[in-house]
Amino acid sequence: MIWLDTLVQGVLLGGLYALFAAGLSLVFGIMRLVNLAHGDLIVAAAFLILVLVTWLGLNPFLAALVAAPVMFAAGWVLQRHVLNRTLGPDILPPLLVTFGLSVVLQNAMLQGFSADSRRIPAGALETASLDLGPVSVGVLPLLTFASAVVVIVVLNHVFYRTALGRAFRATSDDLTTARLMGIRPAGVFATATGLAMVVVTIAALYLGMRANFDPSIGPARLIYAFEAVIIGGLGSLWGTLAGGIIIGVAQTAGAAVNPEWQILAGHLAFLIVLLLRPRGLFPRAFD
Amino acid sequence: MTPLLETRGLTAGYGDFRALFGIDLAVLPGETVAIIGANGAGKTTLLRAIAGVLPCAPDQVRFRGDPVGGLPAEAIVSRGIAMVPEGRRLFPSLSVEENLLIGAHGRRAQGPWTLDAVYGLFPVLRERRASPATALSGGQQQMVAIGRALMSNPALLLCDEISLGLAPVVIRDIYRALPRIREGGAAVVIVEQDIGQALQVADRVYCLMEGRITLTGAPAALSREAIHAAYFGEAA
Repeated sequence: MIWLDTLVQGVLLGGLYALFAAGLSLVFGIMRLVNLAHGDLIVAAAFLILVLVTWLGLNPFLAALVAAPVMFAAGWVLQRHVLNRTLGPDILPPLLVTFGLSVVLQNAMLQGFSADSRRIPAGALETASLDLGPVSVGVLPLLTFASAVVVIVVLNHVFYRTALGRAFRATSDDLTTARLMGIRPAGVFATATGLAMVVVTIAALYLGMRANFDPSIGPARLIYAFEAVIIGGLGSLWGTLAGGIIIGVAQTAGAAVNPEWQILAGHLAFLIVLLLRPRGLFPRAFD
Repeated sequence: MTPLLETRGLTAGYGDFRALFGIDLAVLPGETVAIIGANGAGKTTLLRAIAGVLPCAPDQVRFRGDPVGGLPAEAIVSRGIAMVPEGRRLFPSLSVEENLLIGAHGRRAQGPWTLDAVYGLFPVLRERRASPATALSGGQQQMVAIGRALMSNPALLLCDEISLGLAPVVIRDIYRALPRIREGGAAVVIVEQDIGQALQVADRVYCLMEGRITLTGAPAALSREAIHAAYFGEAA
């Protein structure tokens, strides 16, 4: 039954990667902005939660609830006053600016929190597990996966069932015509990035409770997020979850064969999907 | 009567290329004005400058007496100027109804146009409300584009080449909506290559050639020869 266990653990790990990726996918889908600081923003949110937990003695979930509006505001301001200025026909400025932001964030966190590895203390939750017949699963990975599904259901609802989502899709389709209809793109983009930062906060909560983190690990999380988005097909949130699961399963399968192969197996799975389906598994029908 | 829209010496273009050379144009409240001219005469550029898509100086466009030239498009529409862009430019990832609802973003005041009113004007859109906008026929797509612009309850509706690429019977259907749009109180500016169509519906006509107005007047007052000369130039 070891293979079944591997599969289940991999799927659950995929939930974490989908959480890393959902915010990235949202922002890219709406404004074609690749945020190279996404991983560092996740780490920054994890530090914010850690501060709230250690200083105020809050439960980690409550701390994330407090951190989410703070991160929303930070994302809104970042987009409205910095990233919006970089958007245009040229795709290079947003890459350079977010790369710079990534370096600045890493060094600021290094200055503020030192290079020590930290973890968000989650008490008994860290080791709690459920016995499900042949396999036993950790409660924390299960919660992570469930949160990823909820995040994607909610984002899809916002995207396809609300006036805000309508404005997101219209702006993504055709910026000039959207403005002719009275949509203010600067505000739409700022709201989208704010929303992405709320997802980043949720990702940070599970990242920080699950494993150690330090100021330098952001870029590695970004790679997994990228791979999940690209495997899934740009712009598809369910595809992003599928992408996360494929990387998660590949990593646990690789680790089951030989622990040294864990990371490599995930990247190989990504390369194979890219070879067979260059546009991802669920690409959008147009553009 | 003070004009609803007035341009004075309007110049606009694309980068170093200038397409309009001092356009003086006025639209009175409730009036239908047609702008005719050959390809490349500057008709679309004129509408795009009025709608805020192309930059121009503040005083070059006045709306209800206020200088609005160079305001961003989203500010222009909320003042009451809506545009049906050339080529319709529907949002492909939105359904018919969602496209119409997007038009309400620029709504500044209550007015006659609601989702129900637009469906009343173009009943076929109600049947296709859940379809992707781009799955409709060309004529139906044009109806969506017009309905979408009406949803902001504009005081002035700019229509760019709404008959382009459509069959004559479909064009007739679309132009049949025009009297009801006027009953709603909106002034209409129509850019047309089809001169016959334009003369039929307009109170006044402006003819553009190479970025300048070459002729203006009420359709009945313009002879075929004068229009021909203004359209193609004296040499033609």
